[in-house]
Amino acid sequence: MISLLVNGRSVEVDDDPHTPLLYVLRDTLQLNGAKFGCGLGQCGACTVMVDDAAVFSCQTPIADIVGRRITTVEGLGTRQRPGVVQQAFIDEQAAQCGYCIAGMIMRAQALIGRTASPTDDEIRAALEPNLCRCGTHSRILRAVRRAVCARQAAATGGGPGVSSSAADELS
Amino acid sequence: MSVSRRAILSGGGALIVSFALGPLPARAQRRRSSADAALPGSLRSSPMLDSWLRIDARGITVFTDKAELGQGIQTALIQVAAEELAVEPGAITLVAADTARTPNEGYTAGSHSMQDSGTAIMNAAAQAREILLGLASERWQQDRARLKAEGGAVVAPDGRRIVYSGLVSGRTLHVSAEPGAPLGDPAHRRVMGRSWPRIDIPAKVLGEVAFIQDVRPAGMVHARVVRPPSYGARLRSVESAPVLRLPGVLSVVRDGSYLAVVAQREYQAITAMEALARAARWEEKASLPQQSRLFEELVEWPSRNVPVAARGAADAAHGSPVERTLEAEYRRGYLMHGSIGPSCAIALFDDGALTVWTQSQGVYPLRNALAELSGLPERRVRCIQVEGSGCYGHNGADDAAADATIIALKLPGRPVRVQWMRSDEHMWEPYGPAMLARVRGTLGERGNIVRWEYEVSSNTHSTRPGGARELMPSWFLERRLSPAAPEPLPLPAGGGDRNALPLYRIPALKVDYRFIPPMPLRVSALRSLGAHLNVFAIESFLDELARAGRSDPVELRVRHLDDPRAIAVIRTAAERFGWRKYRRDGRGKGFAFARYKNLAAYLAVAIEVSVDRHHGAARVLRVVAAVDSGEAVNPDGIRNQIEGGILQALSWALFESVTFDRTHITSRDWASYPILHFTDVPGAIEVVVLNRPGQPFLGTGEAAQGPAAAALANAVADAAGVRIRALPLTAERIRAALAAARDT
Repeated sequence: MISLLVNGRSVEVDDDPHTPLLYVLRDTLQLNGAKFGCGLGQCGACTVMVDDAAVFSCQTPIADIVGRRITTVEGLGTRQRPGVVQQAFIDEQAAQCGYCIAGMIMRAQALIGRTASPTDDEIRAALEPNLCRCGTHSRILRAVRRAVCARQAAATGGGPGVSSSAADELS
Repeated sequence: MSVSRRAILSGGGALIVSFALGPLPARAQRRRSSADAALPGSLRSSPMLDSWLRIDARGITVFTDKAELGQGIQTALIQVAAEELAVEPGAITLVAADTARTPNEGYTAGSHSMQDSGTAIMNAAAQAREILLGLASERWQQDRARLKAEGGAVVAPDGRRIVYSGLVSGRTLHVSAEPGAPLGDPAHRRVMGRSWPRIDIPAKVLGEVAFIQDVRPAGMVHARVVRPPSYGARLRSVESAPVLRLPGVLSVVRDGSYLAVVAQREYQAITAMEALARAARWEEKASLPQQSRLFEELVEWPSRNVPVAARGAADAAHGSPVERTLEAEYRRGYLMHGSIGPSCAIALFDDGALTVWTQSQGVYPLRNALAELSGLPERRVRCIQVEGSGCYGHNGADDAAADATIIALKLPGRPVRVQWMRSDEHMWEPYGPAMLARVRGTLGERGNIVRWEYEVSSNTHSTRPGGARELMPSWFLERRLSPAAPEPLPLPAGGGDRNALPLYRIPALKVDYRFIPPMPLRVSALRSLGAHLNVFAIESFLDELARAGRSDPVELRVRHLDDPRAIAVIRTAAERFGWRKYRRDGRGKGFAFARYKNLAAYLAVAIEVSVDRHHGAARVLRVVAAVDSGEAVNPDGIRNQIEGGILQALSWALFESVTFDRTHITSRDWASYPILHFTDVPGAIEVVVLNRPGQPFLGTGEAAQGPAAAALANAVADAAGVRIRALPLTAERIRAALAAARDT
């Protein structure tokens, strides 16, 4: 058995240690956020966060991440209380088919965790590994900018519950 | 999500929809009469109101066979129903694309959904509202004209209210639609024309069950198919015993050259599939054209001529001495749909019945094909659509359903999930065919176009099922099938000749389609079909004519158009772009226009680019488009489709062409078939929606593909001074053209 820390909860899985995280998330833990897109680290549909970094879960064997904080899009918010980035994607209607969107959100979440006010070029560079086929790119960029603004507004408001890393947002 | 059979049967005060009780709609529907031909949209084929609407104590349910593919159709259809039923969109539940529950509307394709299903639902809802008003009027003995429908109830002037479900009973809506339903006043829309938020987006951003890939029936097992290495490959031998001993492996399925493995867990299935692929020995043959000579070969392939249009003496010799004739040839290679999520399906064969969860664009055609493939009667096969990754046309969706069916038949009682691998999708999906167009045009007085000859060469643009033999997995079974001989799709919509006829007023014109039956690469419908290359060719050539005749490209177009709606989108896009006052500053501008299929949405687009003269790379800086989709039900939905269409078309036009050697497809992943990345995305994309309340819905989803490609090529020609007539406009191609221009 391997112990993993997923969305703030400790889980035991009996998968082979070489199994990429993607399949453990989807198949063993029945989470939907991380998607199979290529299995090659070329499209980013499987993007999740390990500690504070965005990674391709299809390229990450579970044996390598024991004890690390794994965050999927399910860990960012709920229907009643979507995460800042999730809410920004809803507000901008930043999806067509939406298959790539969870990966985009995770990459954006990692970016705003490490850079408080990224420039437009920094946002594009951060999202560069992730592909979208519907052509939703301009809306995705707008959604990330909106999330950055929302987070800054919340930070300057200084209210409680404002966090600087994704893991702190786990509900 | 689903209303059970018992709930329907026992529902007090419910409209009993005999239709919805089992996979028997053909029997339950009444016989079509000649009067049905006069009905609008899909009411023609399914005229009963309760095929589309159910009202009961639980609320209002709307039925459609049009599938959500990420285009936002569900939200728009709900808005249409809400408008005519005088309720909020949130009061409506939509049931889509399920052969046991919804009417048969064929395929969700060709930008037809609003025209077919939207129109049907609008008219059915309007007629249902009138029936409800009539019932209330009888019950209250009140003049019907004094009653109104509001917030899901009929309201009398004295304030009395009765909710819709209190008025309906039994078979109230089991009546046929009639032509001329009293539609709501376009000047007083409440719900249509507003950008209602898409109902499907929250589940997608929250990681809820939103896709076929997320569906997990109890007891589900995972299968993977070992695809042949090339189109014509035959399986000579495979040693499967060692694979059967791998962890979790339940079964190896072999049927002729069809090879698959089933395992408990998904990654076990992948590991076993890889081991099985290593153990398989194939016999291959070289059947593909030489890619470097593709277009020279393509014009030599056997073909037959389909006349598209002819008027005047298009091939006349020069008339007046001011005349000037130009000729050009335009090309595109094979293009991939390239869904981000590989095709997926789940099939369960239990108790002699087959249930298939599928991302297909057509559950009814698929049901017929799977019944044929499985040998089961149609009534024992149910197909339920669940959204997949965006498809943009006929991709691997139906084939994956065939895979799941073939394997599930061998494992009765177990839901079998098949998802394709990335290389499966890249190598086996049917591509948009390579195309070539030759055009000759003559300018007369004042630079106006007086003669036009045009010929487009292409394979078919649809090999959809059809029957079992259009399902690719059937080509490899012991009892192997091969696809039907292709036929050209009929005009006016057409296939390879879609949009081959320019909308411009040209006195003498001849347009022909060289339809090429042989298909060395698998091809089918890709978003916009032949309109992509035809509009690219026509609109590029118009730019060349404008340059030759010293006309402004926008003015040349307007001078040759009569349709005020065409002119309106052109003027709007040009104005918002700042076409007239545009200053070059080392950059370039390009313009293009088309009305999709010459009968759907009007779209004009202006694009600004810069070209790196050293490397040749074109960079899109800014895009402005104007679109007229008739009455706009959800303007933001239209903007989303057009923005997406433009970006996808820019990806096709800048980067994409399927590669192959004489035996194999060599575009196997995103490295060998690169597409648009975030750093290639234009700084700004503006889409202006010209709303026409009261006008018919005009299909929009595919309208941008051709115009965006042409506007890009025209902008590159403006910026770099070189005309590229072959897609994609890669840096390499632009660099070569710049070098050639320097040398001459």
